[in-house]
Amino acid sequence: MLVAAAVLAVAWLLPLAWAFATSLKPEGETTRTPLEWIGSKITFDAYRQVWAAGDLGRWLFNTAYISVMTTLLTVTLCAMAAYGFARTDFRGRKVLYGIVLAGIMVPPQVLIAPLFAEMLQLGLVDTYWGVILPQVAVPAMVFILVKFFEGVPRELEEAAFVDGAGRWRVFWTIVMPLSRPVLAAVAIFTFISTWNNFLWPFLVTTDPNGMTLPVGLVNVQTSYGLRYAQMMASVVIAGLPLLIVFVLFQRQIVRGVAHTGLAGQ
Amino acid sequence: MTATTTVAAPAAPDEAAAPRAVGVRRRWTEHGLLFIAPFLLVYALFLIWPLASGVGMSLSSDNISGAGGEFIGFDNYAEALRDPNVWSSMWNTVWFTILSTVPLVLTGMVLALLAHHLRVVQWLWRLSWFAPFLLPSGVVGLLFLWVIFPSDFGFADQLLASFGLHPGIGWLTDERYAMLSIVLATVWWTVGFNFLLYLAALQSIPQHLYEAAELDGAGARQRLLRITLPMLRRTTGVVVVLQVLASLKIFDQVYIMTGGGPDASTRPILQYVYQAGFTGYRIGYASAVSYIFFALIVIVSLVQLRLSRRNGEESK
Repeated sequence: MLVAAAVLAVAWLLPLAWAFATSLKPEGETTRTPLEWIGSKITFDAYRQVWAAGDLGRWLFNTAYISVMTTLLTVTLCAMAAYGFARTDFRGRKVLYGIVLAGIMVPPQVLIAPLFAEMLQLGLVDTYWGVILPQVAVPAMVFILVKFFEGVPRELEEAAFVDGAGRWRVFWTIVMPLSRPVLAAVAIFTFISTWNNFLWPFLVTTDPNGMTLPVGLVNVQTSYGLRYAQMMASVVIAGLPLLIVFVLFQRQIVRGVAHTGLAGQ
Repeated sequence: MTATTTVAAPAAPDEAAAPRAVGVRRRWTEHGLLFIAPFLLVYALFLIWPLASGVGMSLSSDNISGAGGEFIGFDNYAEALRDPNVWSSMWNTVWFTILSTVPLVLTGMVLALLAHHLRVVQWLWRLSWFAPFLLPSGVVGLLFLWVIFPSDFGFADQLLASFGLHPGIGWLTDERYAMLSIVLATVWWTVGFNFLLYLAALQSIPQHLYEAAELDGAGARQRLLRITLPMLRRTTGVVVVLQVLASLKIFDQVYIMTGGGPDASTRPILQYVYQAGFTGYRIGYASAVSYIFFALIVIVSLVQLRLSRRNGEESK
């Protein structure tokens, strides 16, 4: 069984290995047959050329900026809302929570046409905010956090109230630190999905300077012509950041996916 | 300021306790809306408003800017239901969902069982099977389009050739294979997510069940059939639901790898929405097609809810 698993694991890595191998070949040898992992020499020319062409760094920055901002806003907005729903009482709370829960049913993809028209009217096409804002109010995340906050013992907060702390302070100094695991899960999940998002950034950015990495790459692929080594060098550069993040935060990511994936139901 | 500051004398402990309790209770109910307001604002602007304005658009002849159109009632919907492109791209979407869900769920389960039972080099299984899920769809699409699936010199053809099979398959250019190739790439790319959900489920099965079974003389095969698989039923339900809903929303990899071709044979419904609204400039019509797609998703969700309830009752 160990052998079978190992064969499968290696087979699974072959496409990535092939991309990497291709990126290290001299451009003229990328399409040679039969199967040949290493060309006549190993060269980093393709990497030098795509990096010198200039756009990759810009797109990398855009993607990182958009992903970090989206993650910060999503965690803050959703945690505050979830706390409000889980721990406070006011007129209309149940109705509002019902409206938010109903939003879980709405796939953002069905809103692309009206959302784009709205972005045009607001003047947000080709801006960072145009990419970020539609991604930050996620009803499923509110649901996950409400379930978690409901499990935090009320006594902890009550003790703080008696000592004279206000709501705001209790939320930031007691509830948020206690919720670190679930907040990390939400943050990691948001970060991965924002980093990899294609459809919305693809629609809302037309200026190559404002594109995210995946959108930019797809946009210029035809200008690579038949330069396969350069194409694969770009693919490696674009794929690497999250793979590094994965190696560093493996345990949290594994737990986060399992957590949000199941709790999403 | 706290309620206790109003108490002057220590001689009245009972009176001091009462306002304190009231104060605590009041703190539970104040400021609730302030916590929710920022979320609600963004939610209303970028989910509820487009959802509502989209309905208005779908009833108009709006162009891309959402302005200058006239109210035309249900004409867009009537046209969409008569449009063979809507039906074919709807079918492509459903066909992709059927083709991709079965291997994605089964492979995810098998890979998780392998990783769980081996209990060694866990990092290797996670890295190999989960890492592709972390790649952006743009990267996956370009990888398969440019170096894996090209005929003859592509990696897939060369791999087959090294086993003495006939290469020269039009993986993405032949109508017979294009959809299957997209499914193949999608399974490779996304199975890691299901793998992790199954792995988490396996790790939460109580160990004493296996110990008891072993004492009763159950072999490895029986433990798998009688304990592991039944304990995975709930997870399988969740994985199937998540997978079907994810597969129905396919767009990225098709757009990048085949552009919907050859001859629109792989074009999913979301791509048709994109074409109608963003390259055909008929955003009213695109909205109408979106809502027909939305209806499909809601129907699928309701059917699955029904099925999972029935399953839940049976297993009780």
